[in-house]
Amino acid sequence: MRVVIIGAGQVGESIAADLDESNEVIVVEEDPERCEELTYGLDVLTINGDGTSVDTLEEAGVADADMVIASTDDDETNIVACSTVKAISEAFTIARVKKTEYLKTWRRSNTAFGIDFMVCTNLLTAQSIVRVVGLPGALDVDPFAGGKVQMAEFEVAPDSDVAGQTVAEADRFDSLTFAALLREDAVIIPTGETVIEGEDRLVVIGSPGSVREFASTVASIDEQDEVNEVVVVGGSEVGYHVARLFEERDVSVRYIEQDADRARELAEDLPNAVVLQSDATDVDFLEREHIADADVLVSTLDSDEKNLLACLLSKRLGVGRTVSIVDSDPYIDLFETVGVDVAISPRAVVAEEITRFTREGTAENVALIESDKAEVIEIEVGEDSPLAGRTILDSVADLPERVVFGAITRNGAFVTPRGDTVIEAGDHVVAFAPADVAEGLTARL
Amino acid sequence: MSLRVDWRVSAGILGRVLRWLTLALAVPVVAALWYDEALGPFLAAAAVSLAVGLSLERIGRWDAENVGPREAYLAVSLVWLAIALVGAVPFVLGGAGAIARPEYALFESMSGITTTGATVVVDFGAQPRSLLLWRSLLQWLGGLGILALATAVLATLGVGGAQLMETESQLEDVNKLTPRLIDTARIIWGLYVLLTVGTVGLLLALRVSGLAPEMTPYDAVAHAFTSISTSGFSPRPDSAGAFSPAVQWAFVLVMTVGATNFVLLYHLLGGDRSRIRRSDEFRFYVAVLAGASALVFALLLVTPGNGPLGEETLRHSAFQVVSIVTTTGYATLDYTVWPASAKHVLFMLMFVGGMAGSTTCSVKALRWLVILRAFRRDLYTTVHPEAVRPVRLSGRPVDEEAVQDIYAYTLLVIVGFFLGAVLLVVDAARVGLALSEFEALGAAASTFLNIGPAFGLAGPFDSYAPFPRSSKLLMTVLMWVGRLEIVPVLVLLTPAYWRS
Repeated sequence: MRVVIIGAGQVGESIAADLDESNEVIVVEEDPERCEELTYGLDVLTINGDGTSVDTLEEAGVADADMVIASTDDDETNIVACSTVKAISEAFTIARVKKTEYLKTWRRSNTAFGIDFMVCTNLLTAQSIVRVVGLPGALDVDPFAGGKVQMAEFEVAPDSDVAGQTVAEADRFDSLTFAALLREDAVIIPTGETVIEGEDRLVVIGSPGSVREFASTVASIDEQDEVNEVVVVGGSEVGYHVARLFEERDVSVRYIEQDADRARELAEDLPNAVVLQSDATDVDFLEREHIADADVLVSTLDSDEKNLLACLLSKRLGVGRTVSIVDSDPYIDLFETVGVDVAISPRAVVAEEITRFTREGTAENVALIESDKAEVIEIEVGEDSPLAGRTILDSVADLPERVVFGAITRNGAFVTPRGDTVIEAGDHVVAFAPADVAEGLTARL
Repeated sequence: MSLRVDWRVSAGILGRVLRWLTLALAVPVVAALWYDEALGPFLAAAAVSLAVGLSLERIGRWDAENVGPREAYLAVSLVWLAIALVGAVPFVLGGAGAIARPEYALFESMSGITTTGATVVVDFGAQPRSLLLWRSLLQWLGGLGILALATAVLATLGVGGAQLMETESQLEDVNKLTPRLIDTARIIWGLYVLLTVGTVGLLLALRVSGLAPEMTPYDAVAHAFTSISTSGFSPRPDSAGAFSPAVQWAFVLVMTVGATNFVLLYHLLGGDRSRIRRSDEFRFYVAVLAGASALVFALLLVTPGNGPLGEETLRHSAFQVVSIVTTTGYATLDYTVWPASAKHVLFMLMFVGGMAGSTTCSVKALRWLVILRAFRRDLYTTVHPEAVRPVRLSGRPVDEEAVQDIYAYTLLVIVGFFLGAVLLVVDAARVGLALSEFEALGAAASTFLNIGPAFGLAGPFDSYAPFPRSSKLLMTVLMWVGRLEIVPVLVLLTPAYWRS
């Protein structure tokens, strides 16, 4: 596949890095130095120029491209670039935007601005935060098969019920499959005898209900309560959407924003939230407003340092769980090491979403574990699929090692995959595979 | 100091309105012909308004660009005064007895056009029927305020019309109906006519069905004019008390509708019920009507000798409450004989008013609702000093500046009302008139808030005639200032208005 990526920022680079192995990738970038960096760092062709100019796009060979991804930091540039591409080519266009207004416009027709697929950074990040917060102890959550199946990644708390148990002991749920254990850098495919240790990361696939139940056994004792109260810090678009999504779920929201005008705006747009105009690092204020009573604090300030400070302060005061957005990807691990429970990078979220979408030519839906260590893939089983009409035990013998069948949905109903389950044509199979076998797997199925 | 107001533009507007008023005088002329009564008074008034109107138009200027806020304030203030003056002419020339005296006539005319309903007429039977109809028609014209009168002006003014509308803050929601102001004005005006015709129809239907034998076609028209416009003049000396219970209940309905926001009514008639369901103000307004009726009913029940438990007591309670809250001022009985507790409730209800954007006067439900919500918010921020809480109305945030304006306006009303009451007491003492403090407070509130009847001397079946001449003039001014919602007149009194 010939893919043109416009904009070599963090998102563009990350997508290019995900696609360059099996695709022809051309990156259009205005900054010549970035072009050079990318040429040396990745197996891609870089074109130096303006992504909204027809000449540059023609030079990049857009006319023959299968897909064009506009991923610059500027919404309008991305939209204009996609429109320009549509004027001269048949390529599938993907645009990244921040403003939800554009997303709303695009959703009206799904073709507005000449864009075939639009991803909204702020909304995606907010949705991802809300999904993670909903499950205690979860680091990542992705829906499959129209929401009938959920994949979740947990960090096992040392004081949780499952720490020290074998997988067979921990597996008390009918519709849940243990797909993998991530211990340090290794991806372990668990058997019944594998012992779960504290600080292991567990990938499970199952029905949303069973995943939720499992979440409460894997989380540490004081995180196991349901989330009833959330504090959002920072009046960014992401923060606003986080608050809005929680409001929709009847979770009570308190919002801390320092700027008076923005605070007023938020208060007007979020009728059920309590908006407080103050500095989220003011300890007196945090104590006076009993911020410690909150179950979760989500920090969405503009600066990584302030986010870290807000999270650590509130954690010290007694907030159950903290989530922070992180602008610079290398900080993610650092944040989680020093005590922020979940760090989420909006750029990584978008890059993942776009990569996931580009893979959907072969699979229905894809989730990336730890950004590249493993994949969870959803496949619709066709009449001529090697899986159709056989039991899982038989199929597995023909497939690469370490592939796990996590869940099956048949006519919208959840089917727990066991060795003797016969897969039928039309079933949706959600499978887990480590990165090195994932590519081959999608090709075979 | 040079005059910075382009008075010629205001004169032009004034002239145009007076010219149209001439047309309105055709109604009493027709009535006079029908009942074979004197035509002279109305023809004289028509001649005055036509002559003054035309000459003002001649000297006035007529360009929309020059209608700034200053010109609009001046025009609006003067329009009401001018109509009151012209409207008084038939009373002077054709009235029987005291009403023919200039200060009585002006009081009556101002009470009419401001939809107050305070009357100085004592001998109803002696007045020509055409004159009483003119009195009711004045109220009907005043009902929609400036809008009904100035439609023609707005048409010519175009853009400048918006300035004119803004000063009549009653119609704050109106300009959202259509992009062009004149279209909105026509819709609202049409709705008003439709509701009036509907009221006439309802009253006549009650007569035909035998439920209201005393309701003549003349009564139906006169009462339709003054019930839908929530203004309260009745050609009958005993007001709504002259009619059957069925008619009284019908009036309760019509008054309630008249004091409902016309934009909401428009959408309701168009089949869109969601707006009325979403309106916080409507719910508040209905809750006040229901709650206050229940309270008065309960007060009457617990006080011995004030009516048995039953339809009659309930009807009188509901009628009086609706009549006062909507600022109509009809009465079914002399409520001044009610227990003090019930009277005090009625007195407090004078300050409530119906919905904004209706024909009602007084403070209005909208403002009280905003004040209550702002107060609740302030209590909250006392506990949480950093909390940012917009005051919301029907889900939409209210501008903080608007909240401040509402506080200021309500304070102005209270101050103005107290000043008026004090002056009335002083003036009554000067001539040796026995006027209790409560009566003075009632009369001041009733005229300033454009309700009509008050207590004691100015009770529902009495008249303002016994007040001294100076008090009558004072109350004439109170009605005028009150109907204009104070601000335009106050603006005219500020030095800044006259300087650049």
